[in-house]
Amino acid sequence: MIPHIPLGQWVSDLIDWLLDTVPWLFDAVSAVMQVLVNGLTDALVSPPPVLWIVVFAALALLLRGPWLALYTVLAFLLVVSLELWVETMQTLALVLVAAVIATAVAVPIGILAARHRAVSVIVRPVLDFMQTTPVFVYLIPAVFFFGVGVVPGVVATILFAIPPGVRLTELGIRQVDREVVEAAQAFGARPGQVLREVQLPLALPSIMAGVNQVIMLALSMVVTAGLLGAAGLGAVVVRAVTQLDVGSGFEGGLAVVLLAVFLDRLTAAFGHPTALSRLVRARGRRVPSGAATAAREPASVGERQPA
Amino acid sequence: MPPVLGVSGLTKVFGAREQEALRLAGEGLGRDEILRRTGATLAVHDVSFAVERGELFVVMGLSGSGKSTLVRLLNRLIEPSAGTVEVEGRDLRALDDAQLRAVRNEKISMVFQHFALMPHRTVRENAAYALKVRGASAAEQRERADWALETVGLLERAGARPAELSGGMRQRVGLARALAADSEVLLMDEPFSALDPLIRRDMQDLLEQLQSELSKTIVFITHDLNEAMRLGDRILMLKDGRPVQLGTGPEIISAPADDYVADFTSDVDRTRVLTAGDLLREPRLTARLGDAPGDVLRALGVAEANGAYVLGEDGRVAGVARDDLLARALQEGRSALGPRELVPDYATIGADRPVVEFVHLVGRHAVPLGVVDDDGRLLGVVPRAAVLDALSAVPVRGRRS
Ligand SMILES: Nc1ncnc2c1ncn2[C@@H]1O[C@H](COP(=O)(O)OP(=O)(O)OP(=O)(O)O)[C@@H](O)[C@H]1O
Ligand SMILES: [Mg+2]
Repeated sequence: MIPHIPLGQWVSDLIDWLLDTVPWLFDAVSAVMQVLVNGLTDALVSPPPVLWIVVFAALALLLRGPWLALYTVLAFLLVVSLELWVETMQTLALVLVAAVIATAVAVPIGILAARHRAVSVIVRPVLDFMQTTPVFVYLIPAVFFFGVGVVPGVVATILFAIPPGVRLTELGIRQVDREVVEAAQAFGARPGQVLREVQLPLALPSIMAGVNQVIMLALSMVVTAGLLGAAGLGAVVVRAVTQLDVGSGFEGGLAVVLLAVFLDRLTAAFGHPTALSRLVRARGRRVPSGAATAAREPASVGERQPA
Repeated sequence: MPPVLGVSGLTKVFGAREQEALRLAGEGLGRDEILRRTGATLAVHDVSFAVERGELFVVMGLSGSGKSTLVRLLNRLIEPSAGTVEVEGRDLRALDDAQLRAVRNEKISMVFQHFALMPHRTVRENAAYALKVRGASAAEQRERADWALETVGLLERAGARPAELSGGMRQRVGLARALAADSEVLLMDEPFSALDPLIRRDMQDLLEQLQSELSKTIVFITHDLNEAMRLGDRILMLKDGRPVQLGTGPEIISAPADDYVADFTSDVDRTRVLTAGDLLREPRLTARLGDAPGDVLRALGVAEANGAYVLGEDGRVAGVARDDLLARALQEGRSALGPRELVPDYATIGADRPVVEFVHLVGRHAVPLGVVDDDGRLLGVVPRAAVLDALSAVPVRGRRS
């Protein structure tokens, strides 16, 4: 007979122990998240929707161009007419807070993993574990630690969204041309300088692709967060499911999709050479010496862009 | 004074079991055998040389012979397993991190095979990188970078980004970045290998010109022996991480140490490598203004020659005394060689000129081609046989000069 290993018992003992020993930690985390999400939600919801729609459209125009701007206006007007504006903004706030925190955690870990073999070796199986564990398994401890409401949703979302951020950051830094890194070192740059001046800028497209992934995964957690009691589109969908209301379920789902497409296209722009070179060019023009060559630049850069 | 760059017993083993690999290498085992026994790669083994100020020192070898590893050991981008590197007498391995960075920043610059420019920075910012790291003021960065870009002929593209430039131009930026640092030592890892042949030639010209103006201490890596011969004052041949021969280009051509080196030299254009100075012989016979024509004629008979160079007081060539004119002078009773006995039946060439430039002059005159210094003094002669010998001879293998 193989003896029974009380693994589940250990885990729940660990959680009890944590709750007994550092309850203030969870309270603090909970309070901070609450403040962040509520503050952002208020900022998004209090002014008339038109104001934010204009801002979103302007962002879309700047980063991607007129087509995304047009989409943005139409999509959010549709959301308003479905009377889901407030819920959409609540969801946006949750997604943004979770994505910012996940990115803030993931990028430094990715950097460390790229620079130290040992970190990479330890981090990789942890990420595998995080990515393959069914989402609902996170939810149980999240609810234990943070009760119901928006906070466990944010926490579960963060945990779920971190792995691609770490992976793409590590990959991006590892892929930076070794010779360029060597060049910086050969001229006496400190490790921090090499990171700031060479590795991070050159890894930026990959890191931004990671941020994009983080946001998309955060969005995919919206309904789950709704299950935990977070307000927003998730709650709309959950309510529709429990009441078997196909119509409002469809409307809620559509709003999620509209928001997802907007965020995806917008953040994909960061990792895309088009937007990047456009930003770079805009910056180059401000430098007087760059002005002479700026006129020539679009042609040569444009040719190299993948379709 | 110590050499600008001194290397002694430099060795690099990649992989675990470094000590064991070092011991086996010390016993003379080859790279393959060491890899098989320990799993470690002996990239560079026991390399020693010294480079003087103003010298362009070339390291050559096939792919995998350890050239890139060697050049990176010189600024400790790769940590040596054994041996020392001294820059102006300071042992690099004794430096802590901050000191090492200072040496890299101020004393040693590097030029890379694939240029290694920062794509997100302008040409000028790239050129100024060492100064930025040094913490120089913006004005000083700009001034030094612009000077360096001007030196490599690229100042008008200072505001461009590397992606807008051709390969040759990019490497000019790489060169400018190294020059702007104003360091004594320049390490160049196959800097022109990635360029088209014509551009490569331009860059070689540029480097020669820079070197004549700036007199840096250069370690230049290449796998192209023609390039090595053209640029290098001395050449170190590496094979499987070990030095096989160290010498000047002509020395290596005329006496390759083994078959590996001989294979390299077989496709070298000797007429461009060998110079008049390399083929120089002591003249069998020279005369002086004022010598007796009879004595000179007799000496010609002994030497079985038709004529001899006649030198003035200062050692310069005054002309050639030919046997027929000497005989006439004897008949006419003249007792000392003077201008009337001399004919301009000769040609001279500078010692540093390659064979290709004088091969058509050889054997056309009563005397062999004369080799003269800058002041016109006769250093020696190049007989036709010497030229034919040098160009046709299968080198004697195993002979070391
Ligand atoms: N970081 C490393 N780890 C393990 N082995 C290495 C490493 N760098 C180089 N080597 C090995 O050391 C040997 C010498 O490599 P190196 O790059 O110095 O040769 P090279 O002469 O520059 O060749 P090439 O002409 O291809 O550039 C090769 O066998 C290579 O595989
Ligand atoms: Mg190499």
